[in-house]
Amino acid sequence: MADKIWVYIDQFNGEAIPSSWEAIGAARVLADQFSGGVTALVAGEQVKGAAELAVQYGADQVYFCDDATLKDFRAEPYASLLSGLAKEHQPEVILFPTTSRGRELAAMVAVDLKTGVLPDVTALEVQDGSVIATRPVYGGKLLTKAVCSTRPQLITLRVRAFPTPEADSSRTGNLSEVPPAVSEDDIQTKVVGYTESSGRVSLNDAGVIVSGGRGVSNNPVLMPPEDMDENEIEIWRAQQGFKLIGDLAEVLGAAVGASRAAVDAGYVPYDHQVGQTGKVVSPDVYIACGISGAIQHQAGMRTSKVIVAINKDPEAPIFKMARFGVVGDLFEILPHLTEAFKNRLSS
Amino acid sequence: MKIIVCVKQVPDTAAKVVVENGQVTWGDTPLVINPWDEYAVETALLQQEAHGGDVTVISFGGEEAKEALKHALAMGCGNAILVSEPELGNADSLVTSHVLAAAIQKIGDVDLVFFGRQAIDGDVGVTAAQTARVLGWPAYTLVSAISELDPGNGSIRVERSVEEGRQVVEGKLPAVVSVVKDIGDPRYPSFMGIRKASRAEIPIWSVTELGAEVSEPVVTWPEITNPPKQEVVTEIVSGDSSKEIAESLAGKIIEEKVL
Repeated sequence: MADKIWVYIDQFNGEAIPSSWEAIGAARVLADQFSGGVTALVAGEQVKGAAELAVQYGADQVYFCDDATLKDFRAEPYASLLSGLAKEHQPEVILFPTTSRGRELAAMVAVDLKTGVLPDVTALEVQDGSVIATRPVYGGKLLTKAVCSTRPQLITLRVRAFPTPEADSSRTGNLSEVPPAVSEDDIQTKVVGYTESSGRVSLNDAGVIVSGGRGVSNNPVLMPPEDMDENEIEIWRAQQGFKLIGDLAEVLGAAVGASRAAVDAGYVPYDHQVGQTGKVVSPDVYIACGISGAIQHQAGMRTSKVIVAINKDPEAPIFKMARFGVVGDLFEILPHLTEAFKNRLSS
Repeated sequence: MKIIVCVKQVPDTAAKVVVENGQVTWGDTPLVINPWDEYAVETALLQQEAHGGDVTVISFGGEEAKEALKHALAMGCGNAILVSEPELGNADSLVTSHVLAAAIQKIGDVDLVFFGRQAIDGDVGVTAAQTARVLGWPAYTLVSAISELDPGNGSIRVERSVEEGRQVVEGKLPAVVSVVKDIGDPRYPSFMGIRKASRAEIPIWSVTELGAEVSEPVVTWPEITNPPKQEVVTEIVSGDSSKEIAESLAGKIIEEKVL
């Protein structure tokens, strides 16, 4: 009999996204309550390795589809594949990591299967055979418990909200290769390439984030080059400030975040924005530098485990949520902090 | 070119949203057009300016959603339609996407439908992809730039903002596009635009007359609560010099054993 609990393994270039393992861990907890196993789904090109890893992380059965049409994620062919398998095997629950791909895929599969989708969930419980999903709404200002009356229940899990299980290389599972659902001629889009594929740590997966705000451009001792106008000077100052943030991030293996004010002022691209209209993150350590902590920013980082605030203004709201605060000049503190971590973490 | 923008009316980001006696409330903070939808309106207007045609803004919601529509009209959209059904109450994303798809089909001959990436109340963020799926059109989600658009040839090329960087995708029209902030700052409504919008008679389409395939919502929220207060005891780290403060802070962070 097919398993009732399924997990979609998100991958990029054949390599599984680590939050997929968190989803397998959550699926195992559900599977125990449904007295069954966990089925994982992997789609892409050269993804057999990811399928094998899924077994090590806790899948009992893996359907994998290895095909050139699936090399780059495109929601339409992926959704047709997954919807077809789900129609055939009738799972109760399909979990997805809340990546850009996981969310979009769950959305389309929900339409195909005429069922509901509960995105960005932070906790799961089972009651009378139904999964009750806790999800933050209004930018985390409120929490809801949501349920879906139809099957399968499609649930995307907030990245880093569930623990990663230990991989066990001695686990065994059943791998089945399945054919793609649609051919290239029936797919209406083509992925041309990537303009900015960088090695930088992605904000969503980051265990540590160092973020800068408007205050990052206020270093009074910097002497800007003479030929700049006022706007250029501000950006130049901000770049010097974000360099200090980048240095600390590098030592900590951290991602660089920013407040909306810093993004709106053009200091860093939008990809870095943390907050209600940016990314919602949940790292182990969040170091806020020159960020006052407006309610919109808090919405994006309040679930961080340890929040550290460095700010000149002792009244800044960020201090109310911080475990550690430094009231002081970030331009003086940050280089020493980088140095201190360099010494301590290497020894 | 026929362009549609879908918008929603939501509490402002600065609103203190709380649950009181089981009801969600945000005091007297005004409702506003969903901030991400303003980027969608801007994108639609830019494409209209470049390629001609008209922009219709639609919203599925109650009477209050007319304000969001008027904001979009004031920014420069030519027409607005409110899709409403008092009976429907708490529509879920599946209901919403079927209703919007039916409205888009009724308008007819549409080339592009724009959405913001998500509404900041429910934070669900699936309506664009679902509407595309219902229509059978490609979805270009999380778009940060439209690098090419050829309505004659029915083709588009976009950059999408994904975790690994910018993904360049090209494909066919008609299509659904959801946009992120990098697409470009929304314009302010003009004085003339505000005057025009305030006089606009916005037609109301009922879901029944659209003939949308709508069932009962399958997703419900039986419980909504204020998040538990995070009890944080803030320790202000001080010292005689920046160096001393930094070293003490680094030590304390390491002692939390989370690095």
